[in-house]
Amino acid sequence: MFLRIHKFLEKRSFALLIGIIAVVSVGGLIEVAPLFYIDSTIEEVEGMRPYTPLELAGRNIYVREGCHACHSQMIRPLRDEVERYGHYSLAAESMYDRPFQWGSKRTGPDLSRVGSKYSDEWHRLHMEDPRAVVPESIMPPYKFLSKNALDISSIQADLKANQRLGVPYSDEMVEKAASDLRTQLDEDADDYDGFVTRYANAVVRDFDGNPDKISEMDALIAYLQMIGTLVDFDEYEAEKDENLR
Amino acid sequence: MTSKNILSRLKGDDSLIFIALICVLGFIWSIFAAQPHDVPSMIYPTMEMHGFILMGAFIIALIVIMFKVADGLPQIDHSEYEDGVIKAGVIATTFWGIVGMLVGVIIACQLTWPEIFYFENLPWTNFGRLRPLHTSAVIFAFGGNALIATSLYVVQRTCRTRLAGGNWAWFVFWGYQLFIVLAATGYLTGITQSKEYAEPEWYVDIWLTIVWVAYLMIFLFTLARRKEPHIYVANWFYLAFIITIAILHIVNNLALPTGPFDAKSYSLFAGVQDAMTQWWYGHNAVGFFLTAGFLAIMYYFIPKRADRPIWSYKLSIVHFWAVIFIYVWAGPHHLHYTALPQWTQTLGMVFSIMLWMPSWGGMINGLMTLSGAWDKLRTDPVLRMLVVSVAFYGMATFEGPLMSIRYVNALSHYTEWTIGHVHSGALGWNGFITFGALYCLVPWLWKKKELYSLKLVELHFWLATLGIVFYITSMWVAGIMEGLMWRAYTDLGFLEYAFIETVSAKHIYYVIRALGGTLFLLGTFIMAFNIFMTIKGKGLAQPLDGDIPLAKRPSVPTAAPILAGE
Amino acid sequence: MSDNTPKIDEISGTETTGHEWDGIEELNTPMPRWWLWVFYASILFAIAYAIAMPSIPLVNSYYKGLLGASDRKQVAQEVELMGGQKYELFNQLNGETLEGIEAKPELFRFAMAAGKSAFGDNCATCHGSGGQGFKGYPNLNDDVWLWGGTFEDIRQTLTVGIRSAHDDTRFNIMMAYGREGFLTNPQIDDLTQYVLNLSGQEAEQQAVLRAGTVFQTNCSSCHGVAGTGDQSQGAPNLTDNEWLYGGDAADIRATIYNGRQGVMPNWNERLSPEIISALAIYVHSLGGGVATPQDTNTEDAP
Ligand code: HEC
Ligand code: HEC
Ligand code: HEC
Ligand code: HEM
Ligand code: HEM
Ligand SMILES: [Ca+2]
Ligand SMILES: [Ca+2]
Ligand SMILES: [Cu+2]
Repeated sequence: MFLRIHKFLEKRSFALLIGIIAVVSVGGLIEVAPLFYIDSTIEEVEGMRPYTPLELAGRNIYVREGCHACHSQMIRPLRDEVERYGHYSLAAESMYDRPFQWGSKRTGPDLSRVGSKYSDEWHRLHMEDPRAVVPESIMPPYKFLSKNALDISSIQADLKANQRLGVPYSDEMVEKAASDLRTQLDEDADDYDGFVTRYANAVVRDFDGNPDKISEMDALIAYLQMIGTLVDFDEYEAEKDENLR
Repeated sequence: MTSKNILSRLKGDDSLIFIALICVLGFIWSIFAAQPHDVPSMIYPTMEMHGFILMGAFIIALIVIMFKVADGLPQIDHSEYEDGVIKAGVIATTFWGIVGMLVGVIIACQLTWPEIFYFENLPWTNFGRLRPLHTSAVIFAFGGNALIATSLYVVQRTCRTRLAGGNWAWFVFWGYQLFIVLAATGYLTGITQSKEYAEPEWYVDIWLTIVWVAYLMIFLFTLARRKEPHIYVANWFYLAFIITIAILHIVNNLALPTGPFDAKSYSLFAGVQDAMTQWWYGHNAVGFFLTAGFLAIMYYFIPKRADRPIWSYKLSIVHFWAVIFIYVWAGPHHLHYTALPQWTQTLGMVFSIMLWMPSWGGMINGLMTLSGAWDKLRTDPVLRMLVVSVAFYGMATFEGPLMSIRYVNALSHYTEWTIGHVHSGALGWNGFITFGALYCLVPWLWKKKELYSLKLVELHFWLATLGIVFYITSMWVAGIMEGLMWRAYTDLGFLEYAFIETVSAKHIYYVIRALGGTLFLLGTFIMAFNIFMTIKGKGLAQPLDGDIPLAKRPSVPTAAPILAGE
Repeated sequence: MSDNTPKIDEISGTETTGHEWDGIEELNTPMPRWWLWVFYASILFAIAYAIAMPSIPLVNSYYKGLLGASDRKQVAQEVELMGGQKYELFNQLNGETLEGIEAKPELFRFAMAAGKSAFGDNCATCHGSGGQGFKGYPNLNDDVWLWGGTFEDIRQTLTVGIRSAHDDTRFNIMMAYGREGFLTNPQIDDLTQYVLNLSGQEAEQQAVLRAGTVFQTNCSSCHGVAGTGDQSQGAPNLTDNEWLYGGDAADIRATIYNGRQGVMPNWNERLSPEIISALAIYVHSLGGGVATPQDTNTEDAP
């Protein structure tokens, strides 16, 4: 039977093409499509919010520099990993990540819970010259991040695109993207109160040690300092049935 | 019949008009892209650069087309094979192979000697930007050019007809090089979607889609015009490779740009769905680019070079359909123990295991084709390269299912073991089969009796083999050691090693890997030299007698020149 | 040319399919038996494994598998199980004093092991793998302490951090006397000499004399009248010629001009109280730990 079908296809190029398309489509449809509709794919958690404009800009720098080539952001539910890095990562924690940054190689340590583990100052020193703080490190230096001014001109378009894709940014958030970005770097900014109500638990301070400049380092450290800090694990019921999967 | 009509319309005579149209549209878009953005942009600095590169490329293309059309639409000689574009492909393959492997050696050195190979004021030299340059250069530039060139060669020979589409083949060739240049310059300057093996941004993706569809059409219509009743097994694999890559590429790259002339885009999918889509793509880029496509190369070049029939037709059929069906399911083995639901991981694992034998079907068919001709391995280093590559293929496809077992993957994932696995496939299988195919093609295409020097092929073979051995053994040891160190506990039950201790412990293996990579690269340089001298007609590469017009489509099958000379 | 008539290949003795492309023929060899059997076996295994494990997507859920396995459940159990062996000793660490721990060699060894393990991934990045520190990040091996070197002091420092996000963090500010305009440049130059002098380094005596009152009015509230510092405020001793931020004139001047506000994160959210105790034991024993004071004697701290 099978051989007969093949012999039929083997003499017809367009039919062969259709046959191939049919055969390679099955796996993808069965594996990928259900992830979009099965509820338990993403856990219900307290605390997840979209990135602030500054964090998003920092994340874009993380993406641009290819940090995921060395750093995973995915703690697996294995004993050594949860003891070394902290609670295993939940699907919910990357629900606003476009693209995801789970990574596939750990040349450097996992970063999914690095937020608030170190001081801003340490991150600055470490990013500028990793071997100055960790002599054994093989991470590249990123001195230029402190020198480069952060490009704010496009941040509104960034939020807008995310909003269109379904990230819950309100129109107000999109509207105020650039000003929110500046506000997060300055505790004395006029719109401080507005900002912290728009973005719950966002940390406001100057991140790169240079209050006079909005640098790429500001954005990157703001992002690093919030990775993995949003979900409130006191509220999260890890043992609940639908969270076990 | 309408398909007859389409075929005659696609004779190629008018292809230049359509190509010119694409170039004009592209040119208009790139004028806007090249506009300076209001604020000197840091995140998207190369959009303007890419605008200018595209403008330049399209202008040149239009000028060339204008000159061609000036004397009326060129006529296609259907009694000859189209080999010019394949020659170009051979040269491009060699060139990009050197670039990609050179970058591989550089990043290997960066991890080994960070204080020497990092430059703090040259952001584009950083590991995070060079690594995707390496992977794309070796897979898409080196591997891709090899696949395009060999497929266009093989499909003509095995269908006994000239390529369909006339100048579309040249469009595919140059369009593909343009894609590579855009991708590479993008990575270096920080334009990336960061999805592994799909890093180019949305507009480069769209360009590749156009080129790829043209490629599919050429291939398909050439098949449709074949003068043989059956379609040869190599062409099943080529066709599966081309169409599946098209599907994967389009779905995985779905993204919304921030503006029609901005470089930045956001993935249509987020988090766990994005991850699954990415590795459905990433795994099948391996399965259809690095496996199905290269199996096609194997299915033509091994029997041709060994001058033996394919061993088992039935095996071809069964393993072909099994491989393409099962491969697609195996993607989740890249996401074991992650936040991807476990049911998906289970499917990924079991399908990977079921993939073992179908993969080996290809190996068996390749190796057994040699039966009755094993003695040729001693005398012909080119054939030896082809055959050893199949052995590496067998090794990588045994290791792969092993690593797909969740409990094994818990150890191997994130470690150098994966890198070892990748390169036993990449260097051993993809590298060697490509080298072998190039060594075959150059004398065939340039009509020489032999390569410039078989001794140099021999040297290349041994340098590269030694390089692979250094590379993969060091990475296995480093990977397993690292995996064990991460999970090592003291007898009181505390983690024994800090992360940074594993970094230090790997140093010596990084040194060995860098050495192995350098040997492999050296081999590639030797190959480039050999190819160059062959084209120039030096050494053994004497011209075949002028009256064997190899590019002429003969009424009987072509024999390879090496055999003709014997 | 395909004439479609099978023939026998001489070398193998097998029949061909009769197809031919560019000189390539095909043999009609049957599939290897062992190959087929292993393929079937792998399919059987796949089915069995898929029945045992969560595997099939359903309409709004998925098939959970006969074994009801879950990685998340498993890791929770494992951590608990492995922790179980540790629990007893672990619990004893909670709230125990230095003497209490030292009195039990087994507990002490346990605490040291726990401390060493946690130190590598959490602290070594700042304080060096041997606790040696570097500029701006204190050496934990010596007996120079900012906030005190007793077990309790260290445990407190680890729990709340220094200038950290914790509400009760240890906090004190070395202001930017120059940048913020509290002092003039000449005054700062003089103070630099004064501090050099305090620490027994070579200094310009005229300047030292000039700076005397400036130091007493501005600095002594924290660093003490004699410059010997005050651990209750985290103000370093300036006379011991041991420096967190460097001891040459340029460094000292930079310190006074720009101020210093090193940050040590709080660990109470990341590490359990038991691990923090263990870390305190570990750090205390690195070489500079100070014995628990019997009564209030801050004087004898070096
Ligand atoms: C060549 C690989 C490599 C690249 C690329 C790289 N890192 Fe690292 N990273 C390391 C290594 C190795 C370490 C561990 C040693 C150390 O702390 O420096 C590390 C450590 C870190 C740490 C400290 C983590 C911890 O918990 O101790 C952070 C934060 C970090 N990297 C951020 C980044 C960011 C952000 C980027 C991209 C801009 C980046 N890294 C790129 C290799 C890399
Ligand atoms: C972000 C970097 C950083 C990390 C990580 C860090 N420390 Fe610190 N630590 C500091 C800095 C900076 C100071 C000094 C603060 C100051 O200037 O007053 C300090 C101070 C201390 C002190 C007080 C020293 C004294 O003289 O009073 C102790 C004890 C200490 N750290 C132990 C630890 C331990 C144990 C860990 C790991 C759990 C740790 N540190 C992790 C940065 C760090
Ligand atoms: C409000 C308290 C306070 C006052 C007033 C103060 N300091 Fe400090 N000083 C500190 C603290 C706290 C530190 C440690 C900062 C740290 O650990 O990051 C420090 C650190 C220093 C250091 C660095 C010591 C080292 O080990 O590197 C010097 C030098 C110094 N102070 C000098 C002065 C001088 C001179 C003045 C007067 C102009 C002064 N301080 C006033 C609190 C004070
Ligand atoms: C039966 C065949 C194969 C299976 C089941 C398989 C399975 C795997 C597994 C389990 C991983 C590790 C994923 C991880 O832990 O991150 C992997 C990685 C990889 N394999 Fe294979 N493999 C097979 C054959 C091959 C071949 C022939 C190649 C050719 C080059 C190849 C190239 C790769 C690459 C490039 C990666 C790295 C992907 C990444 O993380 O970026 N594999 N494969
Ligand atoms: C001279 C030869 C080569 C050297 C020295 C080399 C070196 C490297 C290095 C250092 C890495 C990064 C590993 C890491 O992140 O830890 C890498 C990754 C990679 N290389 Fe190569 N490489 C070489 C040739 C090739 C070839 C010929 C191919 C493919 C045909 C290839 C495919 C890849 C892939 C797919 C990855 C990514 C693996 C992953 O993400 O898991 N390499 N290579
Ligand atoms: Ca990878
Ligand atoms: Ca892409
Ligand atoms: Cu895979």
